[in-house]
Amino acid sequence: MSYLDNILFAILLIAGFGFFATSVKKIIRNINLGGDVDRKDNPKARWANMALIALGQSKMVKRPVAGALHIVVYVGFIIINIELLEIIIDGLIGTHRVFAPFLGVVYDVLIASFEVLAFLVIFAVTVFWIRRNLIRLKRFVHSDLKGFPKSDANYILYFETVLMILFLLMNASDYHLQNVPGGVFHKAGSFPVSQFIAPIFNGMSNELVVILFEVFWWLHIAGILVFMNYLYFSKHLHILLAFPNTYFADLNPKGKFDNLESVTKEVKLMMDPNADPFAAAPVDENAAPSKFGASDVQDLNWVQLLNAYTCTECGRCTSACPANQTGKKLSPRKIMMDTRDRLQEVGKNIDANKGVFVPDNKTLLNDYITPEELWACTSCNACVEECPVNISPLSIIMDMRRYLVMEQSAAPMSLNAMMTNIENNGAPWQYNQQDRLNWKNEN
Amino acid sequence: MSESLVVPTMAEMLAEGKQPEVLFWVGCAGSFDDRAKKITKAFVRILNRTNVSFAVLGTEESCTGDPAKRAGNEFLFQMQAMMNIEVLNAYEAKKIVTACPHCFNTLKNEYPELGGQYDVIHHTEFLKSLIDDGRLTVEGGQFKGKKITFHDPCYLGRANKVYEAPRDLIQKLDVELVEMKRSKANGLCCGAGGAQMFKDAEPGNKEVNVLRTEDALEVKPDIIAAGCPFCNTMLTDGIKHQEKEGQVKVMDIAELIANAQDL
Repeated sequence: MSYLDNILFAILLIAGFGFFATSVKKIIRNINLGGDVDRKDNPKARWANMALIALGQSKMVKRPVAGALHIVVYVGFIIINIELLEIIIDGLIGTHRVFAPFLGVVYDVLIASFEVLAFLVIFAVTVFWIRRNLIRLKRFVHSDLKGFPKSDANYILYFETVLMILFLLMNASDYHLQNVPGGVFHKAGSFPVSQFIAPIFNGMSNELVVILFEVFWWLHIAGILVFMNYLYFSKHLHILLAFPNTYFADLNPKGKFDNLESVTKEVKLMMDPNADPFAAAPVDENAAPSKFGASDVQDLNWVQLLNAYTCTECGRCTSACPANQTGKKLSPRKIMMDTRDRLQEVGKNIDANKGVFVPDNKTLLNDYITPEELWACTSCNACVEECPVNISPLSIIMDMRRYLVMEQSAAPMSLNAMMTNIENNGAPWQYNQQDRLNWKNEN
Repeated sequence: MSESLVVPTMAEMLAEGKQPEVLFWVGCAGSFDDRAKKITKAFVRILNRTNVSFAVLGTEESCTGDPAKRAGNEFLFQMQAMMNIEVLNAYEAKKIVTACPHCFNTLKNEYPELGGQYDVIHHTEFLKSLIDDGRLTVEGGQFKGKKITFHDPCYLGRANKVYEAPRDLIQKLDVELVEMKRSKANGLCCGAGGAQMFKDAEPGNKEVNVLRTEDALEVKPDIIAAGCPFCNTMLTDGIKHQEKEGQVKVMDIAELIANAQDL
């Protein structure tokens, strides 16, 4: 009997982490479906960004209420996970609060701080739930979040609440058992919150409370493992991906859009007076047939796909978007959600077809994102500025516009007229280039 | 107004064997749009008054390609960029000033990789440097005591983090500078960027420029200051839409400075 618990625990742990590892592998494989982009330069600035924005939450606090509450949950998540280490060791070798004898008073302080944080997390998560379901903030009841995304957000809040309650109940029963006459458990830890819960165990037999303690302990750790595996199916991956996402984010000024190298080559050739217009195109054996812009997820780069997995659908981008605020269909959050959904679909297709993508007559463009959404963008960068983890919906919008214009010649008529003017007379309007300096003599 | 503006071209300068201190990139709006031409002239009046050695490309200037690039036409953008870079490099241009944030952003950020490396500044930054160097002095003049709010152009503000130069200039005018509820990094777009200037808006319930004008009118300004010819157009239209053209003016910062000096 004595080893049965430990073996069961080890199996649970291996299953939990093993299943999670396969999910992580899939995510990495899917992100690598994207094209290459160099984001390895300037590691110093990248680490600084990650420290400030992901670790330091500097962009979160721009909206103070949500920011402060989020920091509580975030700090709670990180700190309480220290306790997880002890739980795992206890579970594997059958000890009870294995760190207590080594840490002494420090242990009391640690457990006390976990308790306070757990309580604060329950408070913050409750406020989050109220904002979402009772106050119904606009960005949380937006049409982007119909169906699963709406439930997903609430599931996460329920999960977190239940985990924290289990944690406190576990401590409360422990506290009770430490303090019953004779002391079933050895004294360890300080319980500023759960000591107030402990009286619910008064009058129960010690045997029953021990069983309850075991139940809470097992449900808590099992719940954590289930939650970890839920991440892959939810928007909640940001707790992990915010870090690489901020590290690999674009460091250039926001106004700088990338210059397509494939186009540069062609334009240079076109403008070279020595180029032979009748020569066959130079054959580059390594070159994949290039497509201008993006119509599907494989045409995007891997950072854009990482962005899609990182998005936690907070909707700050959409609430700041001038197009969305004026009732247009464009929603930068939806651009990210669509990219992720399509990427997941492509991933499943690959899984189902032994590692090869079999065309499914669908694309990110049209089947998920319509040209109407893309053309509503003013490229103002408000969404990029707002994103607390430096996601760029704008870069995806631009790549898809490039596909529409350069592969399909499908720009709105008025834009085609503008472009024709630039081609013919060097200005977006129909004015003669020779008249460019006329203003000098006009009164 | 019987003024004569001195506007040398780079070609004329070259013929005289001279290199100007700065090349003034006028831009398409500044060259052709009736409203924006007034901004161009106001800026030139300041340059003339302060004896800044400058020159324009004149008929050799062409669209930077910004609206083509934002519309998705990378080919056309790069064609324009390469042609402009050839001209600019032939004149050995070093420093470029422009009153258009779109030209500014494109020249500054997107031309270098294509072979065009220049020191590019926005006209508000340039005017600020003239004041800092003591070459230009500004007093409130006709604007003294007026309430002015500044609309951050996306391609100057968020895109390139130039927030202070325009505000510093406004504050030189002895006016009350009031901020809209959304300003600087949180500023709301006027609705013209990303080639929207050249097309109809998608279906919605409001025009972006009207929404932004509402932001501005909320602080009850006498003047809405702009630093971009396109924002200027959008906000002017917004003011007309609200039937406030009698009470509120939209003016470029160059115009504010020039008018304050009675130039």
